[in-house]
Amino acid sequence: MKIILGAKEIGITLERLACQLVENHNDFKDTVLVGIQPRGAIFAERIKTILELNYELDDVKLGYLDITFFRDDFRRRDKQIEASQTQIDFLVEDKNVIFIDDVLHSGRSIRAALTAIQSFGRPNNIELMVLVDRRFSRSLPIQPDYKGRKVDSYDNEKVIVKWIEQDEIDGVYFEQKND
Amino acid sequence: MSQLSVNHLLGIKGLKREDIELIFSTADNFKEVINRPIKKVPSLRDLTIANLFFENSTRTRLSFEIAEKRLSADVVNFSASSSSVSKGETLIDTVNNILSMKVDMVVMRHPNPGAGVFLSKHIDARIINAGDGAHEHPTQALLDTYSIRERLGNVEGKKVVIVGDILHSRVALSNIYALNLLGAEVMVCGPSTLIPKFIHTLGVKVETDLRKALEWADVANMLRVQHERQDLKYFPSIREYSQMYGVDMNLLNSLDKDIVIMHPGPINRGVEITSEVADSPQSIILDQVENGVAIRMAVLYLLASKIDR
Repeated sequence: MKIILGAKEIGITLERLACQLVENHNDFKDTVLVGIQPRGAIFAERIKTILELNYELDDVKLGYLDITFFRDDFRRRDKQIEASQTQIDFLVEDKNVIFIDDVLHSGRSIRAALTAIQSFGRPNNIELMVLVDRRFSRSLPIQPDYKGRKVDSYDNEKVIVKWIEQDEIDGVYFEQKND
Repeated sequence: MSQLSVNHLLGIKGLKREDIELIFSTADNFKEVINRPIKKVPSLRDLTIANLFFENSTRTRLSFEIAEKRLSADVVNFSASSSSVSKGETLIDTVNNILSMKVDMVVMRHPNPGAGVFLSKHIDARIINAGDGAHEHPTQALLDTYSIRERLGNVEGKKVVIVGDILHSRVALSNIYALNLLGAEVMVCGPSTLIPKFIHTLGVKVETDLRKALEWADVANMLRVQHERQDLKYFPSIREYSQMYGVDMNLLNSLDKDIVIMHPGPINRGVEITSEVADSPQSIILDQVENGVAIRMAVLYLLASKIDR
Protein backbone atom coordinates (compact mmCIF):
# COMPACT_ATOMS: atom_id res chain seq x y z
CA MET A 1 0.00 0.00 0.00
CA LYS A 2 1.39 3.35 -1.07
CA ILE A 3 0.53 6.31 1.12
CA ILE A 4 -0.96 9.40 -0.51
CA LEU A 5 -1.91 11.45 2.53
CA GLY A 6 -0.76 10.93 6.11
CA ALA A 7 -2.60 11.87 9.28
CA LYS A 8 -1.02 15.34 9.49
CA GLU A 9 -1.75 16.14 5.84
CA ILE A 10 -5.37 15.01 6.23
CA GLY A 11 -5.69 17.38 9.19
CA ILE A 12 -4.38 20.32 7.13
CA THR A 13 -6.59 19.39 4.17
CA LEU A 14 -9.74 19.21 6.33
CA GLU A 15 -8.98 22.65 7.80
CA ARG A 16 -8.59 24.06 4.31
CA LEU A 17 -11.82 22.48 3.04
CA ALA A 18 -13.76 23.79 6.04
CA CYS A 19 -12.29 27.25 5.43
CA GLN A 20 -13.38 27.15 1.78
CA LEU A 21 -16.91 26.22 2.90
CA VAL A 22 -17.06 29.20 5.24
CA GLU A 23 -15.86 31.51 2.43
CA ASN A 24 -18.83 30.49 0.34
CA HIS A 25 -21.53 29.91 2.93
CA ASN A 26 -20.85 32.47 5.71
CA ASP A 27 -23.09 31.60 8.65
CA PHE A 28 -24.59 28.36 7.21
CA LYS A 29 -28.10 29.69 7.75
CA ASP A 30 -29.38 28.07 4.55
CA THR A 31 -26.69 25.47 4.13
CA VAL A 32 -26.78 21.82 5.21
CA LEU A 33 -24.13 19.12 5.12
CA VAL A 34 -25.01 15.65 3.84
CA GLY A 35 -22.51 12.83 4.31
CA ILE A 36 -22.82 10.03 1.77
CA GLN A 37 -22.99 6.67 3.57
CA PRO A 38 -20.98 4.79 4.53
CA ARG A 39 -17.56 6.39 4.01
CA GLY A 40 -18.56 10.03 3.68
CA ALA A 41 -20.25 10.08 7.09
CA ILE A 42 -17.11 10.37 9.21
CA PHE A 43 -15.61 12.92 6.80
CA ALA A 44 -18.74 15.04 7.17
CA GLU A 45 -18.63 14.79 10.98
CA ARG A 46 -15.01 15.95 10.96
CA ILE A 47 -15.87 18.97 8.82
CA LYS A 48 -18.74 19.82 11.13
CA THR A 49 -16.45 19.62 14.17
CA ILE A 50 -13.93 21.98 12.56
CA LEU A 51 -16.71 24.44 11.70
CA GLU A 52 -17.84 24.37 15.34
CA LEU A 53 -14.38 24.71 16.89
CA ASN A 54 -12.65 27.14 14.53
CA TYR A 55 -15.55 29.23 13.29
CA GLU A 56 -17.99 29.00 16.19
CA LEU A 57 -20.75 27.75 13.92
CA ASP A 58 -22.80 25.77 16.42
CA ASP A 59 -25.88 25.24 14.37
CA VAL A 60 -24.65 23.46 11.25
CA LYS A 61 -27.14 20.80 10.18
CA LEU A 62 -25.70 17.42 9.23
CA GLY A 63 -27.53 14.48 7.68
CA TYR A 64 -26.52 11.09 6.37
CA LEU A 65 -27.72 9.79 3.04
CA ASP A 66 -27.64 6.13 2.05
CA ILE A 67 -27.79 5.60 -1.70
CA THR A 68 -27.91 1.80 -1.90
CA PHE A 69 -31.48 1.61 -3.18
CA PHE A 70 -30.82 4.34 -5.75
CA ARG A 71 -27.76 2.82 -7.40
CA ASP A 72 -27.95 2.00 -11.09
CA ASP A 73 -25.78 -1.10 -10.70
CA PHE A 74 -28.22 -3.13 -8.55
CA ARG A 75 -28.11 -6.72 -9.90
CA ARG A 76 -25.15 -5.79 -12.13
CA ARG A 77 -22.44 -6.35 -9.58
CA ASP A 78 -21.50 -9.75 -8.17
CA LYS A 79 -21.57 -8.74 -4.54
CA GLN A 80 -24.56 -7.11 -3.01
CA ILE A 81 -23.93 -3.93 -1.09
CA GLU A 82 -25.37 -3.69 2.38
CA ALA A 83 -27.45 -0.63 3.05
CA SER A 84 -26.57 1.86 5.77
CA GLN A 85 -28.83 4.21 7.61
CA THR A 86 -30.28 7.36 6.10
CA GLN A 87 -30.79 10.01 8.74
CA ILE A 88 -31.92 13.40 7.51
CA ASP A 89 -34.04 15.13 10.14
CA PHE A 90 -34.67 18.27 8.11
CA LEU A 91 -36.13 19.19 4.74
CA VAL A 92 -33.64 20.30 2.11
CA GLU A 93 -36.26 22.43 0.35
CA ASP A 94 -34.59 25.67 -0.84
CA LYS A 95 -31.41 24.85 1.07
CA ASN A 96 -27.84 24.77 -0.19
CA VAL A 97 -26.78 21.16 0.14
CA ILE A 98 -23.13 20.09 0.39
CA PHE A 99 -22.61 16.42 -0.47
CA ILE A 100 -19.58 15.06 1.32
CA ASP A 101 -17.89 11.82 0.25
CA ASP A 102 -14.43 10.35 0.60
CA VAL A 103 -13.48 9.40 -2.97
CA LEU A 104 -14.91 10.58 -6.30
CA HIS A 105 -14.33 7.92 -8.94
CA SER A 106 -16.89 7.18 -11.67
CA GLY A 107 -19.42 9.67 -10.32
CA ARG A 108 -22.16 7.03 -10.13
CA SER A 109 -22.58 7.27 -6.35
CA ILE A 110 -23.08 11.00 -6.67
CA ARG A 111 -25.57 10.46 -9.49
CA ALA A 112 -27.50 8.14 -7.16
CA ALA A 113 -27.24 10.69 -4.34
CA LEU A 114 -28.67 13.39 -6.61
CA THR A 115 -31.74 11.19 -7.12
CA ALA A 116 -31.96 10.10 -3.48
CA ILE A 117 -31.87 13.63 -2.06
CA GLN A 118 -35.00 14.50 -4.03
CA SER A 119 -36.96 12.44 -1.50
CA PHE A 120 -36.23 15.17 1.03
CA GLY A 121 -37.26 18.19 -1.02
CA ARG A 122 -35.93 20.37 -3.82
CA PRO A 123 -32.62 21.96 -2.84
CA ASN A 124 -31.69 25.43 -4.01
CA ASN A 125 -28.33 24.10 -5.15
CA ILE A 126 -26.05 21.15 -4.49
CA GLU A 127 -22.27 21.22 -4.17
CA LEU A 128 -19.85 18.35 -3.85
CA MET A 129 -16.89 18.00 -1.50
CA VAL A 130 -14.53 15.05 -1.76
CA LEU A 131 -11.30 14.21 -0.02
CA VAL A 132 -9.81 12.44 -3.03
CA ASP A 133 -10.63 13.20 -6.66
CA ARG A 134 -9.55 10.40 -8.97
CA ARG A 135 -9.05 12.31 -12.17
CA PHE A 136 -9.66 10.87 -15.64
CA SER A 137 -11.86 8.09 -14.27
CA ARG A 138 -15.27 9.71 -14.58
CA SER A 139 -18.18 7.96 -16.37
CA LEU A 140 -20.55 10.90 -15.85
CA PRO A 141 -20.26 14.68 -16.12
CA ILE A 142 -19.84 15.22 -12.35
CA GLN A 143 -17.02 17.31 -10.85
CA PRO A 144 -16.24 18.28 -7.26
CA ASP A 145 -16.55 21.86 -5.99
CA TYR A 146 -14.18 21.26 -3.09
CA LYS A 147 -11.45 18.67 -3.27
CA GLY A 148 -8.71 17.59 -0.89
CA ARG A 149 -6.25 15.94 -3.25
CA LYS A 150 -6.29 15.07 -6.95
CA VAL A 151 -4.80 11.71 -7.84
CA ASP A 152 -4.18 9.98 -11.16
CA SER A 153 -4.75 6.27 -10.94
CA TYR A 154 -5.11 3.18 -13.10
CA ASP A 155 -8.21 1.04 -13.13
CA ASN A 156 -6.48 -1.76 -11.23
CA GLU A 157 -5.65 0.56 -8.39
CA LYS A 158 -7.93 1.33 -5.51
CA VAL A 159 -7.90 4.41 -3.32
CA ILE A 160 -8.56 3.64 0.33
CA VAL A 161 -9.40 6.28 2.91
CA LYS A 162 -8.98 5.34 6.54
CA TRP A 163 -10.47 7.28 9.44
CA ILE A 164 -9.27 7.08 12.99
CA GLU A 165 -12.86 6.56 14.23
CA GLN A 166 -13.18 3.30 12.27
CA ASP A 167 -9.73 2.15 11.25
CA GLU A 168 -7.55 3.44 14.12
CA ILE A 169 -5.52 5.66 11.77
CA ASP A 170 -6.05 8.60 9.43
CA GLY A 171 -4.62 8.10 5.98
CA VAL A 172 -5.23 7.81 2.25
CA TYR A 173 -3.63 4.91 0.41
CA PHE A 174 -3.22 3.35 -3.01
CA GLU A 175 -3.80 -0.37 -3.20
CA GLN A 176 -3.28 -2.75 -6.13
CA LYS A 177 -6.42 -4.80 -6.80
CA ASN A 178 -5.72 -8.51 -6.98
CA ASP A 179 -7.97 -9.88 -9.65
CA MET B 1 -23.79 -12.02 5.08
CA SER B 2 -25.50 -9.86 2.52
CA GLN B 3 -27.46 -12.42 0.53
CA LEU B 4 -30.27 -14.80 1.34
CA SER B 5 -29.46 -18.51 1.30
CA VAL B 6 -32.64 -19.25 -0.68
CA ASN B 7 -33.84 -18.30 -4.16
CA HIS B 8 -37.55 -18.31 -3.30
CA LEU B 9 -39.40 -17.52 -0.10
CA LEU B 10 -41.63 -20.59 0.15
CA GLY B 11 -41.73 -20.90 3.92
CA ILE B 12 -39.84 -20.10 7.09
CA LYS B 13 -38.82 -23.76 7.19
CA GLY B 14 -35.66 -23.82 5.08
CA LEU B 15 -34.49 -20.38 6.17
CA LYS B 16 -31.51 -19.84 8.43
CA ARG B 17 -31.41 -17.49 11.38
CA GLU B 18 -28.98 -15.26 9.44
CA ASP B 19 -31.54 -14.98 6.63
CA ILE B 20 -34.14 -13.63 9.04
CA GLU B 21 -31.64 -11.22 10.56
CA LEU B 22 -30.67 -9.98 7.10
CA ILE B 23 -34.34 -9.45 6.23
CA PHE B 24 -34.82 -7.55 9.52
CA SER B 25 -31.85 -5.24 8.99
CA THR B 26 -32.94 -4.54 5.41
CA ALA B 27 -36.47 -3.88 6.65
CA ASP B 28 -35.06 -1.32 9.11
CA ASN B 29 -33.76 0.62 6.13
CA PHE B 30 -37.05 0.37 4.26
CA LYS B 31 -39.00 1.43 7.32
CA GLU B 32 -37.06 4.69 7.22
CA VAL B 33 -37.84 4.97 3.49
CA ILE B 34 -41.61 4.54 3.91
CA ASN B 35 -41.69 7.30 6.51
CA ARG B 36 -40.05 9.85 4.18
CA PRO B 37 -42.03 12.62 2.47
CA ILE B 38 -41.40 10.77 -0.81
CA LYS B 39 -41.79 7.10 0.00
CA LYS B 40 -40.28 5.53 -3.07
CA VAL B 41 -36.94 4.13 -4.18
CA PRO B 42 -36.07 3.07 -7.73
CA SER B 43 -34.37 -0.29 -6.93
CA LEU B 44 -36.74 -2.63 -8.81
CA ARG B 45 -37.74 -0.32 -11.64
CA ASP B 46 -36.72 -2.88 -14.29
CA LEU B 47 -38.72 -5.76 -12.79
CA THR B 48 -42.29 -6.91 -13.22
CA ILE B 49 -44.04 -8.71 -10.40
CA ALA B 50 -47.26 -10.69 -10.66
CA ASN B 51 -49.51 -11.01 -7.63
CA LEU B 52 -51.43 -14.24 -8.09
CA PHE B 53 -54.20 -14.60 -5.53
CA PHE B 54 -56.08 -17.85 -5.87
CA GLU B 55 -57.69 -17.14 -2.51
CA ASN B 56 -59.23 -14.00 -1.01
CA SER B 57 -57.04 -11.46 0.71
CA THR B 58 -57.18 -7.77 1.48
CA ARG B 59 -54.30 -6.93 3.76
CA THR B 60 -51.59 -9.18 2.38
CA ARG B 61 -52.38 -8.32 -1.19
CA LEU B 62 -52.49 -4.57 -0.55
CA SER B 63 -49.34 -4.80 1.52
CA PHE B 64 -47.45 -6.64 -1.22
CA GLU B 65 -48.73 -4.26 -3.87
CA ILE B 66 -47.69 -1.20 -1.87
CA ALA B 67 -44.27 -2.75 -1.15
CA GLU B 68 -43.78 -3.47 -4.86
CA LYS B 69 -44.79 0.05 -5.85
CA ARG B 70 -42.55 1.64 -3.22
CA LEU B 71 -39.68 -0.23 -4.87
CA SER B 72 -40.79 1.03 -8.31
CA ALA B 73 -41.56 -2.41 -9.75
CA ASP B 74 -44.28 -2.86 -12.35
CA VAL B 75 -47.17 -4.78 -10.84
CA VAL B 76 -49.84 -7.01 -12.36
CA ASN B 77 -52.67 -8.38 -10.28
CA PHE B 78 -54.63 -11.51 -10.76
CA SER B 79 -57.40 -13.07 -8.76
CA ALA B 80 -58.74 -16.53 -9.38
CA SER B 81 -62.38 -15.61 -9.22
CA SER B 82 -62.19 -13.54 -12.42
CA SER B 83 -59.78 -15.73 -14.38
CA SER B 84 -59.44 -18.75 -16.65
CA VAL B 85 -58.85 -20.95 -13.61
CA SER B 86 -62.62 -21.20 -13.44
CA LYS B 87 -62.49 -22.45 -17.04
CA GLY B 88 -60.30 -25.40 -16.02
CA GLU B 89 -56.76 -24.20 -16.69
CA THR B 90 -54.00 -25.84 -14.61
CA LEU B 91 -51.77 -23.89 -12.25
CA ILE B 92 -48.63 -24.41 -14.33
CA ASP B 93 -50.39 -23.33 -17.52
CA THR B 94 -51.80 -20.24 -15.86
CA VAL B 95 -48.45 -19.20 -14.47
CA ASN B 96 -46.47 -20.04 -17.60
CA ASN B 97 -48.82 -17.89 -19.62
CA ILE B 98 -48.22 -15.03 -17.25
CA LEU B 99 -44.46 -15.59 -17.35
CA SER B 100 -44.50 -15.50 -21.17
CA MET B 101 -45.37 -11.87 -20.73
CA LYS B 102 -41.91 -11.46 -19.12
CA VAL B 103 -42.70 -11.43 -15.44
CA ASP B 104 -39.70 -11.72 -13.09
CA MET B 105 -41.27 -12.49 -9.74
CA VAL B 106 -44.45 -14.15 -8.56
CA VAL B 107 -46.24 -13.52 -5.28
CA MET B 108 -48.76 -16.31 -4.83
CA ARG B 109 -51.53 -17.20 -2.42
CA HIS B 110 -53.14 -20.55 -3.03
CA PRO B 111 -55.62 -22.73 -1.09
CA ASN B 112 -53.47 -25.86 -1.55
CA PRO B 113 -50.52 -26.49 0.79
CA GLY B 114 -47.26 -26.77 -1.14
CA ALA B 115 -48.47 -24.86 -4.19
CA GLY B 116 -45.44 -22.57 -4.02
CA VAL B 117 -42.95 -25.42 -3.76
CA PHE B 118 -44.64 -27.19 -6.67
CA LEU B 119 -44.51 -24.07 -8.80
CA SER B 120 -40.85 -23.38 -7.99
CA LYS B 121 -39.93 -26.73 -9.53
CA HIS B 122 -41.66 -25.98 -12.79
CA ILE B 123 -41.19 -22.33 -13.60
CA ASP B 124 -38.33 -19.93 -13.92
CA ALA B 125 -39.15 -16.96 -11.67
CA ARG B 126 -38.61 -15.98 -8.05
CA ILE B 127 -41.59 -17.07 -5.99
CA ILE B 128 -42.87 -15.61 -2.73
CA ASN B 129 -45.45 -17.62 -0.87
CA ALA B 130 -48.19 -15.32 0.41
CA GLY B 131 -50.00 -18.18 2.11
CA ASP B 132 -50.58 -21.73 0.92
CA GLY B 133 -53.59 -23.37 2.51
CA ALA B 134 -53.02 -24.27 6.16
CA HIS B 135 -49.28 -24.68 5.54
CA GLU B 136 -47.14 -21.51 5.71
CA HIS B 137 -47.42 -17.74 5.49
CA PRO B 138 -43.77 -16.70 5.78
CA THR B 139 -44.02 -12.91 5.39
CA GLN B 140 -46.65 -12.80 8.14
CA ALA B 141 -44.32 -14.64 10.53
CA LEU B 142 -41.46 -12.31 9.57
CA LEU B 143 -43.50 -9.20 10.22
CA ASP B 144 -44.84 -10.65 13.50
CA THR B 145 -41.37 -11.42 14.82
CA TYR B 146 -40.09 -8.10 13.49
CA SER B 147 -42.85 -6.32 15.41
CA ILE B 148 -41.95 -8.22 18.60
CA ARG B 149 -38.31 -7.20 18.11
CA GLU B 150 -39.38 -3.60 17.61
CA ARG B 151 -41.57 -3.49 20.72
CA LEU B 152 -39.46 -5.60 23.10
CA GLY B 153 -35.98 -4.98 21.68
CA ASN B 154 -35.26 -8.63 21.02
CA VAL B 155 -37.01 -11.87 20.17
CA GLU B 156 -34.51 -14.21 21.81
CA GLY B 157 -35.69 -15.50 25.19
CA LYS B 158 -39.15 -13.93 24.90
CA LYS B 159 -42.22 -16.02 25.68
CA VAL B 160 -44.83 -16.00 22.95
CA VAL B 161 -48.21 -17.70 23.13
CA ILE B 162 -50.19 -18.29 19.96
CA VAL B 163 -53.89 -18.49 20.81
CA GLY B 164 -56.77 -19.91 18.83
CA ASP B 165 -57.24 -22.03 15.76
CA ILE B 166 -53.78 -23.59 15.51
CA LEU B 167 -55.05 -26.49 13.42
CA HIS B 168 -56.08 -24.44 10.40
CA SER B 169 -53.54 -21.66 10.75
CA ARG B 170 -50.62 -21.11 8.39
CA VAL B 171 -49.75 -18.08 10.49
CA ALA B 172 -49.25 -20.32 13.53
CA LEU B 173 -46.95 -22.77 11.75
CA SER B 174 -44.77 -20.07 10.18
CA ASN B 175 -44.64 -18.19 13.47
CA ILE B 176 -43.55 -21.31 15.35
CA TYR B 177 -40.69 -21.90 12.89
CA ALA B 178 -39.60 -18.25 12.97
CA LEU B 179 -39.80 -17.90 16.75
CA ASN B 180 -37.87 -21.13 17.24
CA LEU B 181 -35.15 -19.94 14.83
CA LEU B 182 -34.83 -16.66 16.69
CA GLY B 183 -34.62 -18.34 20.10
CA ALA B 184 -38.03 -17.46 21.58
CA GLU B 185 -40.07 -19.81 23.76
CA VAL B 186 -43.35 -20.75 22.11
CA MET B 187 -46.64 -21.98 23.52
CA VAL B 188 -49.86 -22.73 21.71
CA CYS B 189 -53.21 -22.33 23.41
CA GLY B 190 -56.70 -23.16 22.24
CA PRO B 191 -59.50 -25.73 22.46
CA SER B 192 -57.95 -29.18 22.27
CA THR B 193 -59.96 -29.85 19.10
CA LEU B 194 -58.08 -27.03 17.35
CA ILE B 195 -54.60 -28.09 18.47
CA PRO B 196 -52.85 -30.57 16.13
CA LYS B 197 -52.01 -33.87 17.75
CA PHE B 198 -48.22 -33.82 17.28
CA ILE B 199 -47.63 -30.09 17.65
CA HIS B 200 -45.22 -30.68 20.59
CA THR B 201 -42.75 -32.27 18.17
CA LEU B 202 -42.11 -28.73 16.89
CA GLY B 203 -40.75 -27.85 20.33
CA VAL B 204 -43.72 -25.88 21.61
CA LYS B 205 -45.60 -26.01 24.89
CA VAL B 206 -49.32 -26.79 24.83
CA GLU B 207 -51.85 -25.20 27.18
CA THR B 208 -55.63 -25.26 27.05
CA ASP B 209 -56.21 -22.74 29.87
CA LEU B 210 -55.96 -19.20 28.45
CA ARG B 211 -55.34 -17.53 31.82
CA LYS B 212 -52.39 -19.80 32.60
CA ALA B 213 -51.01 -19.17 29.12
CA LEU B 214 -51.24 -15.40 29.44
CA GLU B 215 -49.67 -15.47 32.90
CA TRP B 216 -46.70 -17.22 31.36
CA ALA B 217 -46.37 -15.08 28.24
CA ASP B 218 -44.73 -11.78 27.25
CA VAL B 219 -46.60 -11.69 23.95
CA ALA B 220 -49.98 -13.12 22.90
CA ASN B 221 -50.62 -13.58 19.19
CA MET B 222 -54.39 -13.98 18.84
CA LEU B 223 -55.42 -15.90 15.75
CA ARG B 224 -58.68 -15.60 13.92
CA VAL B 225 -61.07 -18.53 13.99
CA GLN B 226 -61.03 -19.71 10.39
CA HIS B 227 -64.66 -20.65 9.81
CA GLU B 228 -63.99 -21.03 6.08
CA ARG B 229 -61.55 -23.90 6.64
CA GLN B 230 -63.59 -25.69 9.26
CA ASP B 231 -65.57 -28.49 7.67
CA LEU B 232 -67.07 -29.61 10.99
CA LYS B 233 -67.83 -28.14 14.40
CA TYR B 234 -64.71 -27.87 16.56
CA PHE B 235 -66.39 -26.01 19.42
CA PRO B 236 -70.04 -25.67 20.45
CA SER B 237 -70.59 -21.98 19.71
CA ILE B 238 -68.79 -18.72 18.99
CA ARG B 239 -70.11 -17.38 22.28
CA GLU B 240 -68.54 -20.24 24.19
CA TYR B 241 -65.28 -19.84 22.28
CA SER B 242 -65.05 -16.13 23.09
CA GLN B 243 -65.78 -16.82 26.75
CA MET B 244 -63.08 -19.48 26.96
CA TYR B 245 -60.46 -18.10 24.57
CA GLY B 246 -61.31 -14.45 24.00
CA VAL B 247 -59.23 -11.73 25.63
CA ASP B 248 -60.97 -8.77 27.26
CA MET B 249 -59.72 -5.88 29.40
CA ASN B 250 -60.74 -7.61 32.65
CA LEU B 251 -58.49 -10.53 31.86
CA LEU B 252 -55.60 -8.29 30.73
CA ASN B 253 -55.84 -6.06 33.81
CA SER B 254 -55.90 -9.03 36.15
CA LEU B 255 -52.44 -10.11 34.95
CA ASP B 256 -49.50 -8.83 36.99
CA LYS B 257 -47.66 -7.50 33.88
CA ASP B 258 -48.43 -5.78 30.58
CA ILE B 259 -48.27 -8.32 27.80
CA VAL B 260 -48.12 -7.38 24.12
CA ILE B 261 -51.22 -8.22 22.08
CA MET B 262 -50.87 -9.14 18.40
CA HIS B 263 -53.36 -10.18 15.76
CA PRO B 264 -52.65 -11.03 12.12
CA GLY B 265 -56.04 -9.72 11.01
CA PRO B 266 -58.78 -9.66 10.00
CA ILE B 267 -60.12 -9.28 13.56
CA ASN B 268 -63.46 -10.69 14.59
CA ARG B 269 -64.05 -8.02 17.21
CA GLY B 270 -65.65 -9.56 20.27
CA VAL B 271 -64.57 -13.10 19.41
CA GLU B 272 -60.76 -13.43 19.77
CA ILE B 273 -60.32 -10.03 21.39
CA THR B 274 -62.71 -7.27 22.38
CA SER B 275 -62.63 -3.83 20.79
CA GLU B 276 -61.06 -2.25 23.88
CA VAL B 277 -58.18 -4.75 23.76
CA ALA B 278 -57.64 -4.26 20.03
CA ASP B 279 -57.43 -0.49 20.49
CA SER B 280 -55.45 -0.52 23.76
CA PRO B 281 -51.84 0.67 24.06
CA GLN B 282 -50.76 -2.93 24.61
CA SER B 283 -51.93 -3.84 21.14
CA ILE B 284 -49.40 -3.58 18.28
CA ILE B 285 -51.85 -4.69 15.60
CA LEU B 286 -51.45 -1.59 13.46
CA ASP B 287 -47.66 -1.62 13.90
CA GLN B 288 -47.76 -5.12 12.45
CA VAL B 289 -49.50 -3.79 9.36
CA GLU B 290 -46.99 -0.96 8.91
CA ASN B 291 -44.06 -3.32 9.43
CA GLY B 292 -45.61 -5.68 6.88
CA VAL B 293 -44.82 -3.25 4.08
CA ALA B 294 -41.20 -2.82 5.20
CA ILE B 295 -40.72 -6.58 5.61
CA ARG B 296 -42.19 -7.32 2.19
CA MET B 297 -40.01 -4.64 0.60
CA ALA B 298 -36.98 -6.27 2.19
CA VAL B 299 -37.95 -9.75 0.96
CA LEU B 300 -38.66 -8.52 -2.57
CA TYR B 301 -35.42 -6.52 -2.68
CA LEU B 302 -33.26 -9.37 -1.39
CA LEU B 303 -34.79 -11.95 -3.74
CA ALA B 304 -34.60 -9.55 -6.70
CA SER B 305 -30.87 -9.23 -6.19
CA LYS B 306 -30.62 -12.95 -6.99
CA ILE B 307 -32.18 -12.64 -10.42
CA ASP B 308 -29.59 -13.04 -13.18
CA ARG B 309 -29.59 -10.39 -15.78
